[in-house]
Amino acid sequence: MVKKIYFQSIFFSFFFIKEAFAAESGGMPQLNPEFWVSQIFWLILTFGAMYLVLSKLILPKISNNLESRKSQILENIEAAEKQREDSDAKLKEYDEIVSKSKLEANSIFNQAREKALKDIGAKREVLDKQIDNEIAEAEKEIDALRKNAPDKINKIAIDTSSELLQKLIGAEVNNSSISAIVDDLSKRNGDKYYGN
Amino acid sequence: MAANPMSQFDVYRIGPEIKVGAFDISFTNASLFMILSTVSILLIFNLGSKKNSLLPNKIQLLAELSYTFVSKMISDTAGSKAKPYFAFIFSLFMFVLFCNMFGMIPYTFTVTSHIIVTFVLAAFIFIGVTVIGFIKHGFGYLKLFVPSGVPAVLLPLIVVIEIISYLSRPISLSVRLFANMMAGHTMMKVFGGFVISLGIVGGWLPLSFSVALTGLEILVAFLQAYVFAILTCIYLNDALNLHH
Repeated sequence: MVKKIYFQSIFFSFFFIKEAFAAESGGMPQLNPEFWVSQIFWLILTFGAMYLVLSKLILPKISNNLESRKSQILENIEAAEKQREDSDAKLKEYDEIVSKSKLEANSIFNQAREKALKDIGAKREVLDKQIDNEIAEAEKEIDALRKNAPDKINKIAIDTSSELLQKLIGAEVNNSSISAIVDDLSKRNGDKYYGN
Repeated sequence: MAANPMSQFDVYRIGPEIKVGAFDISFTNASLFMILSTVSILLIFNLGSKKNSLLPNKIQLLAELSYTFVSKMISDTAGSKAKPYFAFIFSLFMFVLFCNMFGMIPYTFTVTSHIIVTFVLAAFIFIGVTVIGFIKHGFGYLKLFVPSGVPAVLLPLIVVIEIISYLSRPISLSVRLFANMMAGHTMMKVFGGFVISLGIVGGWLPLSFSVALTGLEILVAFLQAYVFAILTCIYLNDALNLHH
């Protein structure tokens, strides 16, 4: 759309230019050579001066500025990269230390537990032995008591029977005949008393 | 003056007539706008390069962006060998751009709307590029006119066409810029005239065209400066790196 208008207006403008030429017959000022030399002279002067100042003074400065900024940015990026690497290494180190100390703590705990278990085991063994000993001694005593008990009872029975008889009858009875009777009785009734 | 859309291109003397021998080198309105353009270029780029802060201010950013823009343009079209000519192409681009842009201010004079100015620039570029080509490649530079891969039957014709196209470079380069500037400014003047002649009733349409054309002309002013510079780069590329 804009293009169409543009070209149409170019057409119209040339139409108008023609009219204007017809009216004033001045022609295109561009084709009037009156000031050509002046324009060439001033063009060379101004453009040349500008070129010299730009190329010798200003453009090197701009390129310098750009270069220094570029190098500074690169340096900063490098420094940042280095710091990142450093921090990564430190993080790794830290992780290692943590895992190492964890392992250490674990092993210390395990050792302590084992030692405690061992101690407990040893003490229990000692105690068990002591208890066994005591039980064995007690059993021995009981055995001895049990073995001695019928004899003592027999003796008590004999003594008691003889004294009883003496008091009842008033005569001495032979101890050996009484003991034979008691033995016989106790043998017969032993099962009833001892539950064997 | 107002009626003639071409009167805006009139060159007139400012101050006394200066004559060196037979030549009239008087100070004219064209000279005034050349000086204005160059002085503003130098001012802007001097301000833009004075301080070197890591975080550039606006004017420094402008200068550095223009620098990288032109430098990228040159390295893209003419390669790294064109680096010594950077300052010239930069000056050329900026000069044409500022002259074009100054022309967009009402009541100013457009330096680049004069064929003699653009032709002198184009002729200088043409001669310079040809000299560089012969210095770099000797007579081998003439191989430019003999493209490779062309059937032998067509060769005489192609060589003639290549030579004509080479020789017409300064003309096409200068006429392109001059004609674009002249046509655009004439058209704006014509539409401006329509606004007056059609008055308050019908003048709004050409006025809106004028507004649109102003935008378009600013674009053209930039584009033509860019085209002028990039064609210079392409010619330079032919001279530096003989591809044909």
